[in-house]
Amino acid sequence: MNDDSARAVVIGASAGAVEALSTILPALPADYELPVMIVVHVPPDKSSVLADLFQMKCAIAVREPEDKEPARAGTVYFAPADYHLLVEEDGRLSLSNEEPVHYSRPSIDVLFESAADAYGPHLIGVLLTGANQDGAKGLAAVAHAGGETIVQNPDEAFARAMPEAALAACPNARALSLEDIAGYLRGVGKT
Amino acid sequence: MSDSIEDIEIRLLLEALYQKYHYDFRSYAFASIKRRLRQAREQLGFATISSMQAGLLHDPAMLPQLIGFLTVQVSEMFRDPSYFRALREKVAPHLRTYPSLKIWIAGCSSGEELYSLVILLREEGLESRTLFYATDINQDALAKAAAGVYSLDRMQVFTENHRKSGGKSSLSDYYRAAYGGASLDKSLRQRVVFSDHSLVTDAAFAEVQLISCRNVLIYFDRDLQDRALGLFRDSLPRRGFLGLGSKESLRFSRHTDAFAEFVREEKIYQKRDI
Repeated sequence: MNDDSARAVVIGASAGAVEALSTILPALPADYELPVMIVVHVPPDKSSVLADLFQMKCAIAVREPEDKEPARAGTVYFAPADYHLLVEEDGRLSLSNEEPVHYSRPSIDVLFESAADAYGPHLIGVLLTGANQDGAKGLAAVAHAGGETIVQNPDEAFARAMPEAALAACPNARALSLEDIAGYLRGVGKT
Repeated sequence: MSDSIEDIEIRLLLEALYQKYHYDFRSYAFASIKRRLRQAREQLGFATISSMQAGLLHDPAMLPQLIGFLTVQVSEMFRDPSYFRALREKVAPHLRTYPSLKIWIAGCSSGEELYSLVILLREEGLESRTLFYATDINQDALAKAAAGVYSLDRMQVFTENHRKSGGKSSLSDYYRAAYGGASLDKSLRQRVVFSDHSLVTDAAFAEVQLISCRNVLIYFDRDLQDRALGLFRDSLPRRGFLGLGSKESLRFSRHTDAFAEFVREEKIYQKRDI
């Protein structure tokens, strides 16, 4: 690994998230080199549905983190329903009940901003389909910290508002298809 | 990575807050503190965290505002109904064996968890032998807890939660609507002691049989979590109960060996018999 190499991936998605992630996450191998933290907007009472669903579809380990758990390579962490997910400077994951952001808890902005602070240029931020503005500010924070930014091509997204807002906030982000995002992420996590 | 200027400013402000006002947020989980201080800076109209620090030091009126940003006050009555159901079905039978009971709601914020427990103990016929300690560091939140008035539009969720928790009555039996608010019956407070207590700086103050402290420790770093859990260990008798939030865990704590899982999936622990 050189100094610019990625140490973590964060992904945000809302409306249409399950279909979009179904292209990306099964493409990641069990021995993936990076931790992957994901916020999907889910209703407060839908506890651990996503983690259970994707664990069945994926080779990589998938679960919801407990507070202050170290983010480990080869694991996908879904923010639990009704909690924000944040990354601490030491790479541990924190949960919080702070007020919703963009009416959402978990919020993509909260994860992305904290991950940008923790990983600086060694972070890949990926924003997928969604019908609101959450994530645009967070992806801008990733870019500002020198991280890499990827947005699902709005023309192919189930809901285009979120990727469009992200591209407006981060003009240098790459707009890719889901297949290209999956291929790219698989490639960066290889030794 | 070396600290950014903003990180340095934040650490200095937390130090100033401690030295001048004795509120100690220095060992709180940093990512969340940073987010909330950024919010405070924007909403209070300061250009930098440093200038906000100067404001705080020279204007004591800013203190409650800042404490409001730094302490989180979002909860529901009977949040996670399955937790309260487990207390009712699995813990209450043990509590029933004590002639008198003390329960500590640590970090009670505006009181939703407290009143949930009082109602639960009343429904289980245990309230009259129980003293409830409700503690927090936020005076405004404690005042709200002592007032027991919640906005009426939240009561529907609270009522549904209460029902799912195995409630033996209707939540509407415990409040009346007035001026758009739901005012909880003051009889629910007659066995409650509200008190300013810090898990960061204060000591254990009583032996209690049950501690409920949900989604408070998530705001602490690991050292501070260990301190708070040490206080809990010292406050509980052998086989006393500790209830945490659904995503909180003793796994990463120094005190993990002092407790046994009692209802694993609800994060209810029992102090070991050692």
